[in-house]
Amino acid sequence: MFASCADPKSIEGLTWAMCYLTSGKHLDFYWSFLTVLLLLALTAPAALAMGFAGATAARSRLLPVSLLGKGYAAIVRGVPDIVFFLFFVIALDQGLEYLKSLAVCENPVWPWQGLEFRVCPEAKIPLGKSSAFWHQAYGFALAVFTFALVFGAFAANVLYGAMNAVPRAQLETAEAYGMSHGQVFRRILVPQMWVYALPGLSNLWMILIKATPLLFLLGVKDIVYWARELGGSKTQAYEYPHPDWRLWYFLGLLVFYLLFTKVSEIVLARISARLNHGQATAGGEALRKAAA
Amino acid sequence: MTCWETVQAYAFRSLGFGENLLPRSDFTLCQQITLIGSGMLWNIYFGVLALAFGFFLAVAVALAKSSPRALVRKPAEWFVFLFRGSPLFIQFFLAYEALQMLPKAGINILGITVETAWTTRAWAGALLVLFLNTSAYAAEIFHGALKSIPKGDLEAAEAYGITGWQKFRRIQWPTMLRLAWPAYTNEAIFLFHATTLVFFSGFPAFRQMGDALYYANYFADKTFNPFVPYPIVAVYFILLTLLVTWIFAVVNRRLNRHLPSNVKSRIRLRPQLIR
Repeated sequence: MFASCADPKSIEGLTWAMCYLTSGKHLDFYWSFLTVLLLLALTAPAALAMGFAGATAARSRLLPVSLLGKGYAAIVRGVPDIVFFLFFVIALDQGLEYLKSLAVCENPVWPWQGLEFRVCPEAKIPLGKSSAFWHQAYGFALAVFTFALVFGAFAANVLYGAMNAVPRAQLETAEAYGMSHGQVFRRILVPQMWVYALPGLSNLWMILIKATPLLFLLGVKDIVYWARELGGSKTQAYEYPHPDWRLWYFLGLLVFYLLFTKVSEIVLARISARLNHGQATAGGEALRKAAA
Repeated sequence: MTCWETVQAYAFRSLGFGENLLPRSDFTLCQQITLIGSGMLWNIYFGVLALAFGFFLAVAVALAKSSPRALVRKPAEWFVFLFRGSPLFIQFFLAYEALQMLPKAGINILGITVETAWTTRAWAGALLVLFLNTSAYAAEIFHGALKSIPKGDLEAAEAYGITGWQKFRRIQWPTMLRLAWPAYTNEAIFLFHATTLVFFSGFPAFRQMGDALYYANYFADKTFNPFVPYPIVAVYFILLTLLVTWIFAVVNRRLNRHLPSNVKSRIRLRPQLIR
């Protein structure tokens, strides 16, 4: 990056450290932090949307829809979610390729043959000849979808509870004013449920932050991948030889996560205070008393 | 090979007994169910021991956290923050690297050489991490329960002249357990779920002796078919979850036996999946 870094073997001390920390691979490492943030930024709204759909379905008066919603919320609770992560990524990949093979292959066959999963080359996603970037992006998209699916089930659980926690009298009053079911839902239920949902959702956000290292297991080059890659001991054949430094890299990741959860905690406490403002709950009462 | 022979060969494969070579071709459903079930032994080992040891450390940390003296309270607060604020996945990696830094030849303590190589093996190293992790989570639960003991109970105890250790033993301890138990049940369930991370993070499986997910992943990699092994793991874990819920419900009934039936706390599952 800097001109003085052209010959790393001849420099030492602070200059060496500066050159080392700005080497090409380290820049990739720093970018991978953005990968994690991007995953969070995409997954959180997607999971919330899926959770909202699940909770709404669970409240439906049609039995099959309601069972579907409740089943979705219930299924991820008995099983470790890492099983879902490992399962969905490969199952989705194969499912998509199978569907594509039905559309584009000359004579599509059942792809699960013996010990292989085989579709014609045109049905591969992404195509064998596409660039490494597309392979990475596809892997990342699968990961986002899987995260959204699993965390959506948890969000559905939280939101379903929150919708039930809104006082019955509020809904009955709205109905007495002649509002339709849709209007009650939009104007009364949804605006009031957030204060009840917030503790559960903040818990979920913390869990989501702490689930991001699992990207590594899904084959995305995330911070854990780079920490292992960069920290491993490097012989003289490398530009910057050093002993095994993985401990320090993982310590760095630990500090990153601790800071991230701490900041989240502070922000969520503020949001909670704002939502509680003026609510007829114990939290709202405490705020009123503190101000008076 | 009949199914019974497969069971004989692989039922304790995860502990190193029986057939040494894992199946390499012509995978049968029986092999998958047997081997994955054999791996469950590790999940149960990690879960049970971490919970059993963690319970005592958790109570100690919870008490330290509610201490009025900052010298006792602060370390407990930091311990809980460290283990609850960071992913278990990273904790495993970190612990593995840290344990590898121990001198290979062993540490000399008062003329006796203490071996260190075993600490990097999963049965010890991962158990240590799980033990500390569940202690931190459970300490937070117990701390919350200590805080919500009714004020009147403590005042009544003092009015009767019960103080110090007696007060803790007879009033605070049983009430704390009773209040914390539903949340602690969830902690136990999700600790069992967390044990599946062990062999996917840092700690290598020694001689292919891994847990349920390790074998499921092995089969999925070999057969390119995720639709058989992963649902098998799922079924095993649902059964384990039901068993844990049942055992904890029995204890819960005992803790609540003096209360009228309409105020007993029911155990509700709450999400706390990844640590």
